[in-house]
Amino acid sequence: MPKITYIEHNGKNHTIDVPKELSIMEGAVQNNIPGIDADCGGACACATCHVYVDEKWFNKIPKPDDAETDMLDVAYEPSKFSRLGCQIVVTDELDGLVVKMPSKQA
Amino acid sequence: MMIKTDVVIIGAGPVGLFTVQQLGLIGLKAEVIDNLDKIGGQCIELYPDKPIYDIPALPVCTGKSLTDNLLEQIKPFKTNFHLNERVEEISKENNNWKIKTSGKKIFLSPNIIIAAGVGSFEPRKFAIKDAEKFENNGIFYSIKDKNIFKNKKVCIFGGGDSALDWAIELSNFSEVTLVHRRDKFRGAEHSSSTAHKLEKEGKLKIKTPYQISSIEGDKKITGITIKTEEGKSEQIQADYVLGFFGLIMKLGPIAEWGLNLDKKTIPVNTENFQTNKGGIFAIGDICTYPGKLRLILSGFHEGALAARACFKLARPNEKYRFEFTTTSKTLQERLGVKKSD
Repeated sequence: MPKITYIEHNGKNHTIDVPKELSIMEGAVQNNIPGIDADCGGACACATCHVYVDEKWFNKIPKPDDAETDMLDVAYEPSKFSRLGCQIVVTDELDGLVVKMPSKQA
Repeated sequence: MMIKTDVVIIGAGPVGLFTVQQLGLIGLKAEVIDNLDKIGGQCIELYPDKPIYDIPALPVCTGKSLTDNLLEQIKPFKTNFHLNERVEEISKENNNWKIKTSGKKIFLSPNIIIAAGVGSFEPRKFAIKDAEKFENNGIFYSIKDKNIFKNKKVCIFGGGDSALDWAIELSNFSEVTLVHRRDKFRGAEHSSSTAHKLEKEGKLKIKTPYQISSIEGDKKITGITIKTEEGKSEQIQADYVLGFFGLIMKLGPIAEWGLNLDKKTIPVNTENFQTNKGGIFAIGDICTYPGKLRLILSGFHEGALAARACFKLARPNEKYRFEFTTTSKTLQERLGVKKSD
């Protein structure tokens, strides 16, 4: 099972096995990892599962679609490495992926 | 103003709306309060045009059409909606709950049904610390009176329709700078091209891809600094700073009512969806129990059961009778489909 590392804003690390086809957001929520709210439940409609993808990984992830890029406009402190956790689907290729959470989601 | 009713529903989303119908059928009157300026909750605010495929017997609908249909369904019950109002405070008064809203309305009711989704919608704010200091004193997230911006320097942040529309509108009589974090605006194509046209004519400045980095000024804002991710920064003179980043859901005052909470949700029993407080029920996304699914259809079921429990408290001396709409004259009269004999 692919391993995903979530880093809280305070630096605390969580490396967990996330089943393929779940999203990065679901992996966090199902494992009670703090820092990802997912208010809308994964509909790409609220930008509260905002993460910063590790620089080394950013270009290895399928590009965001327009709806996600639009939503990122309203995320808290977005950067060029920002993505929405609900739109990144875990695959074997993403084994080892590292994402960081913002200081808050809103 | 004091309003007495059988049930106060907090939240005008799909679950709150359907519960109005369930209450109406058993003869209970509900008043609905919502912090948004429109009916429909998340369905209207977040995804009016997005398709929904799992409403029973509706192969496909949208957030908007679902809301419209529910409003049609509750028409016979002539429900009052109190929009733009947030419930601030509740207190127990004999057998009733006293409910106070931000609009200074007071409700008296034996039952409160919280159908508030993930909380009330509030504007998303600037991430920098200084923004708080100047909020409502130079920094605004909505516009009540556009005239205060006349002949002033106004910086508008955001890339959606609100940001574009206000930039265009205020450019008539203010010195407007529109700032957005990327080059593309997500608002209507037409508005985006109007803004760019105004920029060419020198009536509006557009700064992309910039985000706010600091606010200057002591008692009043004098200017702001914006910067790119590459670290390029620029100072802009400003009297007012407007942020249009859409809305976010916050649990808000609900957290202060002495209800048990599990993260941002309220634990309930699955027999009648009552919380740890008698007469206060929670249904829809905001409630939690073993096996909870955050689906609209689950919220409908939860509302139907909570409604029956409300009957006991609203009509303590009457017996509740279970009836079907297909056969019951009483229910059909309440629905307005059968004339009383």
